[in-house]
Amino acid sequence: MAGTASEYIQHHLQNLTYGNHPVNGWSFAHTAQEAKEMGFWAFHVDTLGWSVVLGLIFIFLFRAAAKKATSGQPSGLQNFVEVMVEFVDGSVKDTFHGRNALIAPLALTIFVWVFLMNLMDLIPVDWLPLAAQAVAGNEHMFFRVVPTTDPNATLGLAFSVFALIIFYSIKVKGIGGFLGELTLHPFGSSNKLVQALLIPVNFLLEFVTLIAKPISLALRLFGNLYAGELIFILIAVVFSAGWVLGLFGVALHWAWAVFHILVIVLQAFIFMMLTIVYLSMAHEDNH
Amino acid sequence: MNINATLIGQSVAFFVFVMFCMKYVWPPVIQALQERQKKIADGLDAANRASRDLELAQEKVTQQLREAKTQAAEIVEQAKKTANQIVEESRDQARAEGDRLKAQAKAEIEQELNQVKDALRAQLGSLAVAGAEKILGASVDQNAHAELVNKLAAEL
Repeated sequence: MAGTASEYIQHHLQNLTYGNHPVNGWSFAHTAQEAKEMGFWAFHVDTLGWSVVLGLIFIFLFRAAAKKATSGQPSGLQNFVEVMVEFVDGSVKDTFHGRNALIAPLALTIFVWVFLMNLMDLIPVDWLPLAAQAVAGNEHMFFRVVPTTDPNATLGLAFSVFALIIFYSIKVKGIGGFLGELTLHPFGSSNKLVQALLIPVNFLLEFVTLIAKPISLALRLFGNLYAGELIFILIAVVFSAGWVLGLFGVALHWAWAVFHILVIVLQAFIFMMLTIVYLSMAHEDNH
Repeated sequence: MNINATLIGQSVAFFVFVMFCMKYVWPPVIQALQERQKKIADGLDAANRASRDLELAQEKVTQQLREAKTQAAEIVEQAKKTANQIVEESRDQARAEGDRLKAQAKAEIEQELNQVKDALRAQLGSLAVAGAEKILGASVDQNAHAELVNKLAAEL
């Protein structure tokens, strides 16, 4: 461990950023300050890399099973994939009553992908960063392996879901219906003038409701995983404080990991379930 | 923890994965699941039908067995009756045959008796004639006394 505990923690919370620095041009950020100066047009290479790798693992795993899927006796991987598919299909059928071929695969992708990204949290916090630093030959390289502890990743997912919510709202209800939902509720009046006066109030309320969906979706996942990772990092700090505290740290790490297994599955499930619920609401035209 | 273009990259990756999942992962798995569901339902149906068929067949077997038993009993009964009848008939026949034979024998005996009687009568006639000849010492004209002798013989 290099430097003080706070340096260690800060180092662990900084993404490997590649972007257009006003002074250095397109390059990797060497400090948190540099990363900040890159502005919006910068990429967290570690977040993107790991999420794509994990997404590919999901895709290959499930594609391999899907290719060999038979209606006969399933085995091994097919069993696992079928369990996941049936679980997601059941969740979707319970909540979503319309006909939409996208929802179920979307929910499956979210559940498995988010779960895999969360799962990275269970790998001891220093292993992969140290390995990456050894490979890159740069011991100061930033490297975060849990994509869902990066708000960019969770917001990316949540905004995609949000786009789908808007798309299906307009598709099902029409522009007028969608705007009506935003402006004519919850306060309505038979008097046209009063109704017109109520529009701003309604819009304020409904817009907050609408925008809260992706934000809460993203921040819930991010918050849970970020907090979990932070506690793993804090426990890792304990490891360096002598062998007595170190042993205590091992016990703590084990206990937190066990508890965290619950969290990572639950958060993946919540993200999936809320996506289904929001899209189901977008399809319902009964206001 | 800056918000930056990672967001867009993540969205693009998400979109690609979802599309792939929707096109190449979800349909085959769901199809296999539905096919298996149908297969299992069909299998259960077939099993139900088979057990019902079995029940019917067993019922049929019992019924046929019962029928067969009744029939066999009937046949045995009839056979017994026929046997009795045959025995009775043959007894009657035998009796009739016996009677007939007896009658025939009687008739034969009678006939022979008659013949013997006739022969005896004839012989007795000639013996009587011979005796009379001896007694009279003269020959009796066979032709003249034939009538007398025959009458005598018939009286015997």
